[in-house]
Amino acid sequence: MPVRNVKIFNGFERFWHWTQAALIFTLLFTGFRIHGVFELISFDQAVYVHTIAALSLIVLWIFAIFWHLTTGTWRHYLPTTNGLWKVARFYAWGIFKGEQHPYRKHYWRKHNPLQALSYLGLKLFLFPAIWFSGLAYLTYNYWQNGITNPLLGWVAIIHVGTAFAILAFIIIHVYLLTTGGSLAHHVMPMINGYDEVDLTETELAYLEQDEPQRLKS
Amino acid sequence: MILPNTSKCFLNGLLGACLSFLAQGAIAEDALPDAPPDVVELGISEYTNIGNRGKVDNPVTALDTDKVKKSTTDHTKLKELQGPFNSGPEVTRACLECHNTAGHQFKKNKHWTWSYTHPETGQKLGKSVLINNFCTNAKGNEGMCAQCHAGYGMTDSNYDFSNEENIDCLVCHESTGTYYKTPPTKGNKACSIMFEGKKPIDWVYVAQNVRLPARSNCGGCHFFGGGGDNVKHGDLSSVLFHPPKDVDVHMSEDGENFACIICHVGEGHEWAGSRYNMIAKDEKERAKPKPGLERETATCESCHDDKPHPVDIKGLKLNDHVDRVACESCHIPAFARGGVATKMDWDWRTAGRLKNGEGFKLKEYTQGDGHHRATYKSIKGTFKYDENVVPLYRWFDGVMKYTTIDTVFDPSKPVDINSFDGSPTDPDSRIWPFKSMHTVQPYDKGNNTLVYMHLWGDDDAAFWGNYDFSKAIKVGMEKNGIPYSGEYGFIDTYSYWPINHMVAPKEKALACEECHAKEGRLKNLDGFYMPGRDAPKWLDILGLLMIVGSLGGVAGHGLIRLFLGRRRN
Repeated sequence: MPVRNVKIFNGFERFWHWTQAALIFTLLFTGFRIHGVFELISFDQAVYVHTIAALSLIVLWIFAIFWHLTTGTWRHYLPTTNGLWKVARFYAWGIFKGEQHPYRKHYWRKHNPLQALSYLGLKLFLFPAIWFSGLAYLTYNYWQNGITNPLLGWVAIIHVGTAFAILAFIIIHVYLLTTGGSLAHHVMPMINGYDEVDLTETELAYLEQDEPQRLKS
Repeated sequence: MILPNTSKCFLNGLLGACLSFLAQGAIAEDALPDAPPDVVELGISEYTNIGNRGKVDNPVTALDTDKVKKSTTDHTKLKELQGPFNSGPEVTRACLECHNTAGHQFKKNKHWTWSYTHPETGQKLGKSVLINNFCTNAKGNEGMCAQCHAGYGMTDSNYDFSNEENIDCLVCHESTGTYYKTPPTKGNKACSIMFEGKKPIDWVYVAQNVRLPARSNCGGCHFFGGGGDNVKHGDLSSVLFHPPKDVDVHMSEDGENFACIICHVGEGHEWAGSRYNMIAKDEKERAKPKPGLERETATCESCHDDKPHPVDIKGLKLNDHVDRVACESCHIPAFARGGVATKMDWDWRTAGRLKNGEGFKLKEYTQGDGHHRATYKSIKGTFKYDENVVPLYRWFDGVMKYTTIDTVFDPSKPVDINSFDGSPTDPDSRIWPFKSMHTVQPYDKGNNTLVYMHLWGDDDAAFWGNYDFSKAIKVGMEKNGIPYSGEYGFIDTYSYWPINHMVAPKEKALACEECHAKEGRLKNLDGFYMPGRDAPKWLDILGLLMIVGSLGGVAGHGLIRLFLGRRRN
């Protein structure tokens, strides 16, 4: 199968990734200030920035969801057991013995099965949990019912707990950039969009015919 | 420096006493070794410093757009006010000739009746019955305390409340600053130096110069509640005659220059705003009524609306607080601001110490404006002061309940002179700021009630002059018809004063983290979740485990890779 440098992350996807990353770091920083972990900025500055960043991220996500649905790219995140075990075994064992990463990127499968599964978890559980709890937090006054509602405590616990989980995700996400190749090898595709992909003959023929700009010669 | 009160000596007519004063320097130091001599002031007179000694204020008393007074009457030209007048009641008679319903109106007013029946609790309150934890009771001591009764001649508890001519129109309405009131009776000879050297009142002049009440009028009494400047409330001091904008944004001449009656609105000599029955929340009912609707409420919301902050991201979040937090809690960052201290603690047990048979004062507290405040008075005991005080915050539903003379309490615990309910689950409660006043004061040890003390009088029982608690309490209870066991003790009491005044400019309102922090101002209020304060410890432990776990995991993973990679090479 021909291996070619193909643009697998188009402009919107890269914009989405990096804007989301910046907003998440902003939210973590301001969120943990509100939580009382440090006091580098004032509480009201933190709430202000946190609110704006959160609303921006939600808007970004509305676009991203629309983009995933209309372009069919949501299929990249479909969970599969095909190759999952191999990848898991690689990270737990093979990587220490200098083995090659067992996964080859495909044109319609740009994440390895473990990666796809964790992104799916992030998108289906962690992100919705933090947004819904965050929106409930933000709109507290509209559902508290005139008294100081004890549910707020649980909303806050879900919100902060999910934030810790997302931070843990980021730590592992960044660390995994160092596995199976150089750091640049993993980061560059998200910057210029191009990565080495195992193409089928028909995919290559299609790209050469209809989307030649996606192929780096 | 010793300030011998020579005029007192002349009054007493005792040359020997005067001579003894001249020798007091050495005696003062001997008797009070730990007090520097310049803080000792002999004598117990203290009533000459009430009222506004500075320029009379000329505040905004009506919210006209151009804020110009538009009175239809020039009182200086009225023939009824050309005099001659020789007394207050003669002036009142002239006032009532034209203002012929004012007397009926004012006779129902608390400033006249000193009596108030609480509409929620049914308790009979007011100065005529209540006991506080400052000078304790006005009842029976009217000869002194009625210096601040808006009437003439209230010398004892048997006052004729039907006689309109004894209404004191001038104390609230005169504008020259030359009118003053003295205690109705002289009291014990040791106390009798009052207003010596003051110019007699020019009755025609004060009668012709009347207006709606200014801060000087209301403040002449209300800024001196409890027996001195800012002693009682904490947020009502002589600073408010001419407050800097930082101290009070509404009353400052650099701000709105409001008279008290701009907020304490009313008609017919009844006005809004009583701490006996407060409006703790004022959201929908009276918030910013439409033009023409009545606005007889002193709440912030009645002008500022129940959504007072601008509609932006911060303002919307601040508006979310309004239904749970009283405006005062954030907008009055501290009370007793501007240089005048308030009394925080009072111990009656030490009252009665004498020097050479004389009462005295120790002035060991120097407040922000440089004035020295008495930390000890023979007639009252020992005091503690404070300034720029962070209030006590409590849930409050607006209803004040009082420990009155007939309330039997458990003497093993401190007694709350006033108490209130409120909770986070009550939609009518708000978080309010309070001044908390602590006192050790006498009580009836046999009946477990508070006592009325006989403080003022020209007899051998009045505490002020005789310094004998047992006699003063016995007579105080007897003359007011209250059963007394004959045995007194001392008990810890607390009173709580809602803080409403000294609203700071908005830039000086509390920062969020004053409360939204683990050790913030609201750390002692529980039963509700507050961001920045209340996250459970287990959540942080769980979070820490997640972070340390993932960091440790990737670090371990990376190190093994590195180590095995090197070995392979």
